Amino acid sequence: MIHHSLEPPERTVNMVNAIINGVPVQVEQGTTILDAGHKVHVKIPTLCKHPDLDATAACGICIVRIKNTPKMLRACCTPIEDGMDITTEDPEIIQVRRSVLELILSKHPNQCLTCGRNQNCELQTLAADFNLVWDGLDNIVPQLPTDTSTLSIKLDPKKCITCGRCIQVCQEIQNVWALSFLQRGIETRIAPAGDINLADSPCVRCGQCSAHCPTGAIVEYDETEAVWSKLLDPHAYCVAQIAPAVRVAIGEAFGFEPGTNLTGKIYAALRRMGFKAVFDTNFGADLTIVEEASEFVERFTKGKSVLPLITSCCPAWVDFMEKFHGDMIPHFSTCKSPHAMVGALAKTYYAQKMKLNPAKIFMVSIMPCTAKKFEICRSKEMQASGFQDVDVSLTTRELARMIKQSGIDFITVPDDQPDHILGAYTGAGTIFGATGGVMEAALRTAYNLITGSNPPRFEFEVVRGLQGVKEGEINIVGTKVRVAVAHGLGNVEYVINKVREAKDKGAEMPYHFIEVMACPGGCVGGGGQPYGVTDVLRKARAKGLYHEDGSGLWRCSHQNPYVQQLYADFLEKPLSHKSESLLHTGYTNRPAYQK
Amino acid sequence: MTHTSVVDDVAVIAKRWNNTRGSLIMALHDLQSRHGYVPRESAMKLAKYMDVPLARIYEVLTFYNYFKLKPPGKHVVSVCMGTACYLKGAPGIYHDITKHLGIKSGETTPNGEFHLQIVRCIGCCGLAPVVTINEQLLAKMNPHDAVEHICQIKEGAEK
Ligand code: SF4
Ligand code: SF4
Ligand code: SF4
Ligand code: FES
Repeated sequence: MIHHSLEPPERTVNMVNAIINGVPVQVEQGTTILDAGHKVHVKIPTLCKHPDLDATAACGICIVRIKNTPKMLRACCTPIEDGMDITTEDPEIIQVRRSVLELILSKHPNQCLTCGRNQNCELQTLAADFNLVWDGLDNIVPQLPTDTSTLSIKLDPKKCITCGRCIQVCQEIQNVWALSFLQRGIETRIAPAGDINLADSPCVRCGQCSAHCPTGAIVEYDETEAVWSKLLDPHAYCVAQIAPAVRVAIGEAFGFEPGTNLTGKIYAALRRMGFKAVFDTNFGADLTIVEEASEFVERFTKGKSVLPLITSCCPAWVDFMEKFHGDMIPHFSTCKSPHAMVGALAKTYYAQKMKLNPAKIFMVSIMPCTAKKFEICRSKEMQASGFQDVDVSLTTRELARMIKQSGIDFITVPDDQPDHILGAYTGAGTIFGATGGVMEAALRTAYNLITGSNPPRFEFEVVRGLQGVKEGEINIVGTKVRVAVAHGLGNVEYVINKVREAKDKGAEMPYHFIEVMACPGGCVGGGGQPYGVTDVLRKARAKGLYHEDGSGLWRCSHQNPYVQQLYADFLEKPLSHKSESLLHTGYTNRPAYQK
Repeated sequence: MTHTSVVDDVAVIAKRWNNTRGSLIMALHDLQSRHGYVPRESAMKLAKYMDVPLARIYEVLTFYNYFKLKPPGKHVVSVCMGTACYLKGAPGIYHDITKHLGIKSGETTPNGEFHLQIVRCIGCCGLAPVVTINEQLLAKMNPHDAVEHICQIKEGAEK
C-alpha cells in the first residue's frame, strides 16, 4: 500500500488460469492464492497476514492443497500458477488448521470476557469458527508484564501470537523501530529493544500496532472510567468534542456501512450521556487553517522565517519530528492541533461567554488517535488556559463502547446539533480527517489571503488519495506553490531528505508547504479507529468526509461565521498576541535512539 | 581503561566490521569478548556507527543465547540441553541447579558469584549429560553431583 514512487512502473500484465474448489478463476500473474480466492468468493482463513502488509507466512492457518502435489501450501504467500487445481477446504486441511489454533491457544490466556478485543478479535473468531474446546489443552501462559507506560497504548505480550504484524507496521510502515521480537522459539515475545518500557523507546504512540494486531496484545489505553466518573460528578461541567475522522468510522462498530457520516447521532449520544456542551473539532480545524494559512502567507509573501512550512496537527508526527528530525523545527508550524485549540478556548472564551468557572470544565476529546492521549500533557503549552486544556482524550473505539454501555440506541437515535460557538464548521474542517485534507483546506484559505477571493475550484485533486507521497504545484494567479503530502511515517524521509539536500546545497527549496500525517490514510486510518482497517475502509471513510465537504454551504475555513465571531470578540486577529498564547506551541529537540 | 577509550572501542569494532556480510554478529561478538557481555551503551553506539536500528541489534542479541546482556557472574554454570543431554536427564539437572542457586537461565545470583545458562549442544554428546563450570567440563552428570560441584566452589570461596 505504501509507495515512494510517484508513477507506477510500466508493466505488461500476464493472466493465469486456475481452479479453486472446482471454480475456474483468471487472475493477474503474481496474485496469491489467497487473493485469487476472494475473486471466486472463497474465504481462506488468515491470522498473520494483514492486507496492508507483506506476507510473513508465520502462522500456517491459510494452508491449501494443490492437486498432484504432496505438500500443503500457504495461500497468503504463494502466487497462483497457471493450471493449478486448488482445494481450500477438506477434512484434513481443517484438521491442520485446528492444530495451528490449538498450538496458539496452548500458550494463550483464556481471558476473552475481560479482554479489550472481546467480540472483536481475529483469534477468538477463528477459535469459534473452528469450534475449539479448551478441555485437554495443557495451557501454559508465559508470565510477561503488561506495559502501559506510554499512557496511549497497552501492551499485553501474554496475548501475543507472534504473528509479527505490529513489528512490521512499526518498523516498515512507520519506520520507528520501537517494537521488535526478542528471543526465539517458544520464548519469542514482542518488546522494545532490550526490555525497556515502551515510553523509553522511540515509540511515537501512533497506535498503528494496535490497529494491526489481530488480538488483544496491543490495545488503546482505556480511559473511559475516568470519563464516567466525571460525568457522574455533580460539580463537573463535562464538555466534549469530536474529531473529523470519528464521524465516518464509528458506525462500523454499530453495523453501518463504512464511511457513513454519523455526526448528528454522535452529538445526540454525547448529550444523552451527560455532556453539557458538545463541540466539534472541525471548528478547531477551521481555526487551525486560518492561523496556519496566515502563518504560511506571512512566510511565503513576506519572506519571514523559513519555508517550507510543515504542518503540526498530528501529535505522533510532532513526536517523530522531535525525535528524529529535530533540524526541521524551524519549519514547523507553531499551530497546536485542532482539538488542543478547542480545549484552550473552551476554558477561556467559552467559559467567559457562559460565565462558567473554567476550573469546573472537564474537556473530553473524542479522537481517531492514541497519540492524542499523550499530546494533551506533552508540554506546558497544553495548559494555555491556566488549566489542562483537554482533560481526557478518548479513541473512537472507547466512545463506541461508552455508547453501548449507556443504553443509547445509536442506530435510531435522532440527530442533534453541536454548540455552535465552538462547533460550527466548514467543509475545509471536515476534510482534515483524510490525508491531504489539511493541505487542501490551507490552500483554499491561502488562495483567499493572497488574492482576496476564493479559488475558482475548491478541489485540489493532486493532494487527495492514498499514494504514500503526493507532490504538486498549485498555481495561485501566477504564483507557483509547490506542495508535498506524506502519510505513514515511513514516507516522511523521502520528503524531508529532499528539503535537507536543498538546504545543504543552498539550492531552491523543493516545496513551500508540506503536510504529514503519521497514520496511513491520515486520521481516517488512525490508531484509535474501529479495528480491521484496510485501504478499502480508508477510502470509504475518506469518501464520507469529502462527500460532506462537497455538499456543504461553506468550503473555506475563513468563511466560518463562528470563527469570524471568535476573532471579533476575543482573539482580535490571526497570529495576534492572544492567538499566539492560546493556539500556538513550541518544539524541543528530543533525540531518541533508533539507529 | 578510560571512558574515551571505551567509546573508541566501539568505533574501532564498527569500522572493522562495517561493509562485511554478517558483520553485525561479528561486531557483537567482539563487544562481548571485550566486556564479557554486551553493555547497552555499547550496543547503542554500535547502532549509530553501523547504521542498524537498535531494535534489530537486540533481536540478534536475544536470538542467540550466547550473548549476555548483563555482566556475567564470576562462575559461569552452563547446562547443555542439546538433544543427547536432554534425553539423558539435563532437565532434571537444570531444575535442581535453579533451585539451589535461586536463579533461572540467563540470570546471575545477587552476590555476582554464579551465572546460570542453558546452552545448545556443545559437541561432546558421548559424555552426556554435560555441565560446564567455567572451563571445567563435567561429564555424565546427575542432579546431585552437579549441585555438589557448585557447593564445592562456594565452600572454596568461603575459605
Ligand atoms: S486476545 Fe482474543 S482470544 Fe485472546 S483473550 Fe483477548 S479476545 Fe480472547
Ligand atoms: S502483538 Fe499482536 S500484532 Fe504483534 S506479534 Fe503479537 S499478536 Fe501479532
Ligand atoms: S504506537 Fe506506533 S510507534 Fe509506538 S510501538 Fe506502536 S506502531 Fe510503533
Ligand atoms: S495467514 Fe498465511 S501463514 Fe499466516
